[in-house]
Amino acid sequence: MKILVAISNVPDTTTKIQFSDGDTKFNSAGVTYVINPYDEWYALVRALELKEANLAEKVTLIHVGLADSDATIRKGLALGADDAVRIDGEGPDAFFVASQIANHAQAHGYDLILVGKETINYNGSSVGGMIAGLMDLPYVSLATKLELAANKATIEHDIDGGTQIVECELPLVISCAKGMADQRIPNMRGIMAARTKPLSVVSANATDALTGIVAYTLNAGRTTCKMIDENNMDELVNLLHTEAKVI
Amino acid sequence: MSILIYTEINKGRVKKASLECVNYGAKIAELLGTEAIAIVNNADATQLEELGKAGANTILALKNEKMGNDSMLISAAVEQAAKAHHAQVIVFAFDITGKAVAPRLSARLKAGLVAGAVDYPTVNGNTLEVKKNVFSGKATAVYSITSATKLIALLPNSFPVKLTNNTAKIIEWSVNLEAVSSRVVIKEQKSNATGGMIPLPEAELVVSAGRGLKGPENWGIVEELATSLNATTACSRPVADMHWRPHHEHVGQTGVAIRPNLYIAIGISGAIQHLAGVNGSKTIVVINNDKEAPFFKSADYGIVGDAFTIIPKLTEAVKKFKAHQN
Ligand SMILES: Cc1cc2nc3c(=O)[nH]c(=O)nc-3n(C[C@H](O)[C@H](O)[C@H](O)COP(=O)(O)OP(=O)(O)OC[C@H]3O[C@@H](n4cnc5c(N)ncnc54)[C@H](O)[C@@H]3O)c2cc1C
Ligand SMILES: Nc1ncnc2c1ncn2[C@@H]1O[C@H](COP(=O)(O)O)[C@@H](O)[C@H]1O
Repeated sequence: MKILVAISNVPDTTTKIQFSDGDTKFNSAGVTYVINPYDEWYALVRALELKEANLAEKVTLIHVGLADSDATIRKGLALGADDAVRIDGEGPDAFFVASQIANHAQAHGYDLILVGKETINYNGSSVGGMIAGLMDLPYVSLATKLELAANKATIEHDIDGGTQIVECELPLVISCAKGMADQRIPNMRGIMAARTKPLSVVSANATDALTGIVAYTLNAGRTTCKMIDENNMDELVNLLHTEAKVI
Repeated sequence: MSILIYTEINKGRVKKASLECVNYGAKIAELLGTEAIAIVNNADATQLEELGKAGANTILALKNEKMGNDSMLISAAVEQAAKAHHAQVIVFAFDITGKAVAPRLSARLKAGLVAGAVDYPTVNGNTLEVKKNVFSGKATAVYSITSATKLIALLPNSFPVKLTNNTAKIIEWSVNLEAVSSRVVIKEQKSNATGGMIPLPEAELVVSAGRGLKGPENWGIVEELATSLNATTACSRPVADMHWRPHHEHVGQTGVAIRPNLYIAIGISGAIQHLAGVNGSKTIVVINNDKEAPFFKSADYGIVGDAFTIIPKLTEAVKKFKAHQN
């Protein structure tokens, strides 16, 4: 049983977002990068738990990106992944990322491919479904629980208006959300071990560009907050009706 | 050529997000001078009529018991329809189904996908340019879709639904799903207990409370306020983590992202990860006893004071307003 966990390298949640080159590029100057929270806390930690329970032999990380992501990948190794692959390339979109991961997975045969629910920078929720589409594998999204037995996965996941428990023979692709596992902090031994764990770098395949980003704009925050006295709730209701027009 | 719109029936009604998508797809059809085709499974006459009123020129009406919510089967069905009707643009809602199906179809058709569009596209030669939120709502990006077939997943609650007297031509449509071997077997299914409230992702009015409410036993006043407004209840993450409220009510970066017309946040500090899920709301009201609470910086209306005395007063004021309106 081999598990592949796709990790993305994203600006820390508290980052002040800025753009450069005439608002066509994200300005990464001074930004702290982390493993995308869903990939780390839920996908990776659950994969590690399955390995610790002897239900999986190996947990491999995959990342599509440039060398400046290596520190983030090492953090995943420090948490306990066995090895990592970085596909050296930066594409225009989720399809590029998914194509690279699908190519690698096709060639190496994994039983389970785990991704996060979404990246916190592009919020696409797309890469997992695309990998599944490219590999013609089933895809279960928004998993909150995952158990493995024999050649089968049992997954609890969110659906429209409720939850579902499903079973699926391996291999398959799963996107991971809150509930799957609890956050872990790497320990010193893990950090030391990560330095010598294999991180192989392979070059990216050419793929068609299907989309691209033309420009960014910062969303204007709210500028004024109208304060209302707690004894004047009629005024609030009136403002919501006449000014905001929401009730 | 056509614009194809994937739509769904839920709890006996056409989903609101689906009606938004039909409105949206009809507008794109107008822009590109082509027809808007909605595809729907297991719809009755009333529901088909409603899809027509939302602007579909044609409806492909499926009767398929097998499809359910299986992303592989839905994707195959839409793919067949897209090919048969030469779809230039395929529209999905960026909801749970859309997030599972649209990327798969994008990979299958090599059709560029904008996941979470918030505005109508602009036509620029053979490309469409579409806006989408990025960095968890802190910024907007203009995406260009350059592939021949284009996919747009529309963020729910981006536009109000408009219905007209339009009637659609209905085509009974069947798909061949024999060749698709989804191995996903459903063992159990549960509906979220929403107590008759509108589901959170569709709700236009939301009353949300956080750790400031002190304990689950205090939610009665929150629910009463929500009922008076006909709003849906939500909560901050720690509240769901401590099991004061069900997990599906948790909004924010790790929970559900919503953009209602009105979001009332009570006893919530306004952490950046909470804001990420609610800052798309049209109007935000914050009630907090700490005048320095960061949420006030992201609010339209603020009230400083104790939630336990303010909520009942607000509920009274709402009731008075509603009684006066009737
Ligand atoms: C990666 C990451 C993801 C996260 N995702 C989410 C997410 O999706 N959603 C989310 O909500 N959080 C999320 N969090 C947690 C977030 O950072 C905050 O910890 C959380 O939102 C705080 O919840 P709260 O406002 O209910 O509680 P608190 O921060 O404890 O705030 C309680 C507020 O209530 C006020 N208060 C207290 N008593 C009263 C009273 N009697 N009347 C009125 N006001 C009162 C206080 O002044 C305070 O402002 C995430 C954190 C991380 C690191
Ligand atoms: N560059 C990347 N390298 C590896 N995995 C990625 C990358 N980008 C996204 N992913 C994975 O795909 C998931 C969904 O990403 P997205 O479609 O961008 O929301 C993430 O949670 C990751 O697991």
